Amino acid sequence: MAQEKRVVFRSGWLPWLLLAPQAAVIGVFFFWPAAQALLQSLQQQDAFGLSTEWVGLANFQALWADASYLDSFKTTALFSVLVAGLGLSISLLLAVMANRVVRGAAVYKTLLIWPYAVAPAIAGVLWLFMFAPSIGIVAYGLRALGLDWNHLLNSRHAMTLIVMAAVWKQISYNFLFFLAGLQSIPRSLIEAAAIDGASPWRRFWDVTFPLLSPTSFFLLVINIVYAFFDTFGIVDAATQGGPGKETAILVYKVYHDGFKALDLGGSAAQSVVLMVIVVTLTVLQFRFVEKKVQY
Amino acid sequence: MKSFAPLVPFIAALSLAGSAQAQTEIQWWHAMGGARGEWINDLARDFNASQKDYKVIPTFKGTYDESMPAAIAAFRAGNAPHILQVFEVGTATMMASKAAIKPVADIMKESGIPFDPSAYVPAVASYYTAPNGQMLSFPFNSSTTVFFYNKDALKAAGVDKPPTSWPEVASAAAKLKAAGSKCPLTTSWMSWTQLESFSAWHNVEFATKNNGFGGLDARLAFNTPLHLRHIENLANMAKQGLFVYKGRGNAPDATFVSGECAMTTASSSIYGDIKKNAKFAFGTAPLPYYPDVPGAPQNTVIGGASLWVMAGKKPAEYKGVAKFFEYLARADVASESHKRTGYLPATKAAYTTTEASGFYKANPGSDVAVNQMIRKTTDKSRGVRLGNHPQIRTIVDEEFELIWAGKKTPKEGIDAAIQRGNEQLEKFARTAKL
Repeated sequence: MAQEKRVVFRSGWLPWLLLAPQAAVIGVFFFWPAAQALLQSLQQQDAFGLSTEWVGLANFQALWADASYLDSFKTTALFSVLVAGLGLSISLLLAVMANRVVRGAAVYKTLLIWPYAVAPAIAGVLWLFMFAPSIGIVAYGLRALGLDWNHLLNSRHAMTLIVMAAVWKQISYNFLFFLAGLQSIPRSLIEAAAIDGASPWRRFWDVTFPLLSPTSFFLLVINIVYAFFDTFGIVDAATQGGPGKETAILVYKVYHDGFKALDLGGSAAQSVVLMVIVVTLTVLQFRFVEKKVQY
Repeated sequence: MKSFAPLVPFIAALSLAGSAQAQTEIQWWHAMGGARGEWINDLARDFNASQKDYKVIPTFKGTYDESMPAAIAAFRAGNAPHILQVFEVGTATMMASKAAIKPVADIMKESGIPFDPSAYVPAVASYYTAPNGQMLSFPFNSSTTVFFYNKDALKAAGVDKPPTSWPEVASAAAKLKAAGSKCPLTTSWMSWTQLESFSAWHNVEFATKNNGFGGLDARLAFNTPLHLRHIENLANMAKQGLFVYKGRGNAPDATFVSGECAMTTASSSIYGDIKKNAKFAFGTAPLPYYPDVPGAPQNTVIGGASLWVMAGKKPAEYKGVAKFFEYLARADVASESHKRTGYLPATKAAYTTTEASGFYKANPGSDVAVNQMIRKTTDKSRGVRLGNHPQIRTIVDEEFELIWAGKKTPKEGIDAAIQRGNEQLEKFARTAKL
């Protein structure tokens, strides 16, 4: 590995100046809204923000007293594991395949990267159209196969639908990073393993996969964050949290209570809880999973 | 200063352009898509062509439950539109936000435009009137719940006349199913059609305190034996494939228009859409009821939306708003809107104009909604005005989905909906009192 390079600044203010643009972006787009959320989670406001009352931790207490909120944790855990797990494994498979393609590689790659440009809500609507019980082409096909697809009332179907949409949307991103990771693996290592008589299967698991671990780890963190934060548009467009509340993941509830139900205090309290969960998860991942990563 | 010299003519031209554009612009945010969106655009265009001083600019801001938060966010940021179309279930929220809105009665008075609330259809006007008798919003597009049926499908199934009672609906559905229909009956707006209008239609309370008209401490009351009986009936029909759940809000409308579902209870305002797009003969009938309930049928409750005027605008702009409302309320304009959309006529004069034009005779069924609404209302049937009403409707959707899926019994579903809905009412009462 390359030697660590250190640059020493002579003046005291220059590093701060160079940091300032990035710090400003993070400050405006992350710390300031986060602070707002913290503040609002302790308040109760009417819809138009005309009156504000400090209520202490009442918003949080209301959450713990709400059985449907606690259920939502289970839904979210299932959803996130499925999205991150499927998203990573499918895109790794695709990247490995695409890496071997010689003819028309650019076409495959472009097609695989395409979905990333689609907005979450559009992704939700696309999948909804295909799976709409009355008019969807896939639902029609499934019915021909004897499966009565109805995500309006069947919670498994509903969960399947939003997981598919969320995974599809994220595969491109994962694919891109995996492909870049694969291409940076020196061919000589794989050839050496091949000469030693390792099967393709072993070459992948003993050479390629460990060398991909920094990429995989990075993507794991990103995908968990994606599943937790970035998927409310898909849920809103495809199932609106239904049937019942069986696909109402935490971030959808934040969105629904804040933007549809106009309960900013309750919504802010939920987003604080969500923030704590994701920070904890990320710290845990860096603490335990990162040890297995070989840079 | 020298360097500015070349710019001078340009700046002069700019300020000239500014003074030439003396028209006052009125921003109007609405939630009407499709054929109804065209109607909105036509109204604005015709009003703009009818005078020179004001220009109404309509903007589509998504569905009702998207446009209201959008306007609220705009209000918080200090650039709210002048006119905002708010669905009827947002009424309590708007009423409670006194500093954010300007009552329509005030606007008309300040602009010197004669305004007589008694000219409006009473059941509609009273819904948008404050307890002190002041009309707060302009009753623009009111609808109510009616029953639509596919004439061709019923005929093919051997049903000679449209069902009028729920037992008749059940037997017609059974015949339709036997004739091969995959979706004999569906419904849009679960809470509105099957609980709110259902309650008023049978003259029972949906919520205490006259359905919320009597105060913020109203609580949901749709757990009577009658309500339970009805939901049990629907659940049984769902089990047999006679009633098919097609989603929340107005999503099921499309399944009737496409011909998939043969009967539905929906907003009277989809009349225009069905007429334009359905490839079959359809009929409109009053909402079904249970004939053994004394006092039924009473009247149904209002839906649709009204136009609210936001606070903090210039007097000249308010004058434009008043002129626009005066235009909308004109008998010929309101009658034309009623005929075109299936929304209720806004004023009594619009109703008589429509009747005189022979429209109801030429389009049988188009008067069903009007007839359901112009009856004398009771305290229990005047309408439902509850805080956090949109959330309560979502809760009903959620709990009832578990009933149709067979995961909860009707009683469990109703009880859970009432308990969760009451929490919303308590929450609203707290913030509204602040």
